Amino acid sequence: MMKQWATAASAAALALAIAAPDAAAQKSKDTLRIAWEQTVENVDNYYNTNREGILFSRMVWDTLVDRDPKTFKTIPNLATAWKWVDDRTLEMELRQGVKFHNGEEFDADDVVFTLNYISNPENKVINQSNVSWIEKAEKLDKFKVRIITKKPFPAALEFLTIPIVMYPNEYYAKVGPKEMGLKPVGTGPYKATKIVPTKEYTLERWEGHFEGGSKPHAKIKNIVIRTIPEMSTQIAELLAGGLDWIWYVPVDQADRLETVPSLQVVRAETMRVGYIGMDAAGRTPVKALQDVRVRQAIAHAIDRPAIVKNLIGGKSRVLDAPCFPTQFGCDNSVAAKYPYNPAKAKELLAAAGYKDGFEMEFFAYRPRDWSEAILGYLNAVGIKPKLTQMTYFAVRDKNHANATPTYFMDWGSYSINDVSAILPNFFAGSGDDYARDPEVKAWLEAGGSTVDEAVRKENYSKAIKKITEQAYWLPMFTFVTNYGMTKDLNFEAFADELPRYYLYGWK
Amino acid sequence: MLAYSLKRLLLAALVVLTVSGITFIMTNAAIDPAKAIAGANATIEDIEALRRSFGFDRPLVIQYLDWLGNALTGNFGESYRLRTPVAELLLDRLPVTMTLGGCALLFALSLSIPLGVVAALKPNSPVDRLALSLSVLGQALPTFWFALMMIILFGIVLRWLPISGSGSWAHFVMPSIALGYYATPAFMRLTRAGMIEVLASDYIRTARAKGLRPATVLFKHALRNAVIPVVSLAAVQFGFMLGGSVVIETIFALHGVGFLAWESISRSDIPVVQAIVLLISLFYIFLTLLADLLNAYLDPRIRVG
Repeated sequence: MMKQWATAASAAALALAIAAPDAAAQKSKDTLRIAWEQTVENVDNYYNTNREGILFSRMVWDTLVDRDPKTFKTIPNLATAWKWVDDRTLEMELRQGVKFHNGEEFDADDVVFTLNYISNPENKVINQSNVSWIEKAEKLDKFKVRIITKKPFPAALEFLTIPIVMYPNEYYAKVGPKEMGLKPVGTGPYKATKIVPTKEYTLERWEGHFEGGSKPHAKIKNIVIRTIPEMSTQIAELLAGGLDWIWYVPVDQADRLETVPSLQVVRAETMRVGYIGMDAAGRTPVKALQDVRVRQAIAHAIDRPAIVKNLIGGKSRVLDAPCFPTQFGCDNSVAAKYPYNPAKAKELLAAAGYKDGFEMEFFAYRPRDWSEAILGYLNAVGIKPKLTQMTYFAVRDKNHANATPTYFMDWGSYSINDVSAILPNFFAGSGDDYARDPEVKAWLEAGGSTVDEAVRKENYSKAIKKITEQAYWLPMFTFVTNYGMTKDLNFEAFADELPRYYLYGWK
Repeated sequence: MLAYSLKRLLLAALVVLTVSGITFIMTNAAIDPAKAIAGANATIEDIEALRRSFGFDRPLVIQYLDWLGNALTGNFGESYRLRTPVAELLLDRLPVTMTLGGCALLFALSLSIPLGVVAALKPNSPVDRLALSLSVLGQALPTFWFALMMIILFGIVLRWLPISGSGSWAHFVMPSIALGYYATPAFMRLTRAGMIEVLASDYIRTARAKGLRPATVLFKHALRNAVIPVVSLAAVQFGFMLGGSVVIETIFALHGVGFLAWESISRSDIPVVQAIVLLISLFYIFLTLLADLLNAYLDPRIRVG
């Protein structure tokens, strides 16, 4: 109800605002004013779980290696060189002459301290899967370290690019997570000048930021981030000139914002992948879904290009393989293709003995019009789905409790550019696995337990081939994030859905 | 009087206990706290590890008694999200909510009392109807929509008022109107009814007969008596406003208790939700208790019966 009012009201707001005078951005004050919908509970990188926490973290701290946001190649940052000594041992050379915001020098002690601290379960880092692969870190000399993994862990470098940032050992040992959340100290291009937890975060360019790493010297001097939970309020602030940048703007609002002369809208594809899950394993009482022909019929019944064109928009793409195209191991060439073909869907259903269709429940938490579009296509071939639209956590609970015969869900892979951040979650026997295919599980384990790229690729391709041929999942489309901002800002969006504020400047 | 007060106090304590128990059970039944803390993309192993480390695997009764024991000493535990003592969070957020509640009440009273007086002067006249419509509109309009309409007009088109935040007095104008407008019909009707009754009473006729100016009769003699029930209603409405500020604080990004409630509910921060529900119910219970005791003090028949 609130959402509908909000939509109506913001539509009216936009209509009026177009006639209202333009507000000047804070270009003159060299301050970028941002709103986030989500509150970052504690800006200490290891004690929050939202994406906004990562955005903050990237401004204030640095990772050992980084990702080129366009090519997704691993590039040096605090580490200048690295090599796998064996399956479980990664050796890294560290950059010299780097200083933390408090003047402390960055060296091997900081790396060893950070990695050993976060991988110790007693310290209760929230995202355990980001750190639980680390056995320990050792200092070889002042600027050389060795990281030992618990078992062969090929995605280690990926985890060292985004989620794991380096802390100053002396400072952190003294203050701990709570104080770090209030007075963060890092090596990043911005230093935090004022943190009011969950309300407001003020950052200022750090003039002592090191040269030669993955991040250039920041262009904009000040950044002020406020938490505004209501999208309508954010849009109103943007229109009134109280904000310069917002994101996650709904498609319909983005269309209207585009018509405001002082604003620009950027629509960018993200790594988030939407899919329809089907109970092939017989975890629910819906027998029909255990027949591969029924699952293939569902795949053929849905016009994914039409959904993408009409409901998602932007640069969203239809997917064949159950992963994001740039991810390591995401081999699209072996994926079975399911073009829209309702006649074939009906044939397959008839062959499986469901000429008159069957009844099943369908669970979803994303916008209702997406679910209804999917349901419409299924109805057209005779399947009678019953929609249950719930919140994310509710659907996930049902999913784990063997109660979701079919469901539309999505996965962002933590922005990790490797299929090991998506496939094992869904096809290696976890609560999310509705395929329970031992062969697929074995291939995924083989692909995830070596650093040999050829072996990894081979195993992942086999898995992708079988997952799609068996239609365990119907990969749907990539998600799109809409950004709204002042025209004065030079902005670029990246597929990993991580805006890099230090790269942006004024026009 | 002492026995009566003790009985009332005991009753209030029982209500507090019941509210806390129900809140505890409901919050724990609604969402699995371990899952909520772990975040959207956590693995099942992550969740189980968190469940053990936070003690969510213990029986609910034990968890409740544990919480109650601590709450009695003023320790409401630590927020799962913020790792800050809940009491500290509430103290930090309370001033914003109290300011908002106070301003909203002030707005509601300063709109509804004059409206009620005007309406009572000529009951059932067009003026009365207009006054009634104006105030009933406050209850009929969804608060959320009304707030957004104000934002459009005063924030975007006219640019008179700031849209979100709590940095200055100007930030409180729109939220107070949005929150207060909803409460006007009750005040207005009570004032109107009280005024009609008082204006028809003998002492007003006497006052008029003495040749006092109409304004003096109206404000000095009539209104002072007619607004007594309004004042006691105001106390109850103040409690309502503290609770009802969740939506308003969220829209205007005012970081008060209501906003904290919204954040904590959406992130399943159970200790904070429990403390907020308890705090708001304590306000209600305290205000009701106060009214009861005051009534008993004024009217001996109550404490005897």
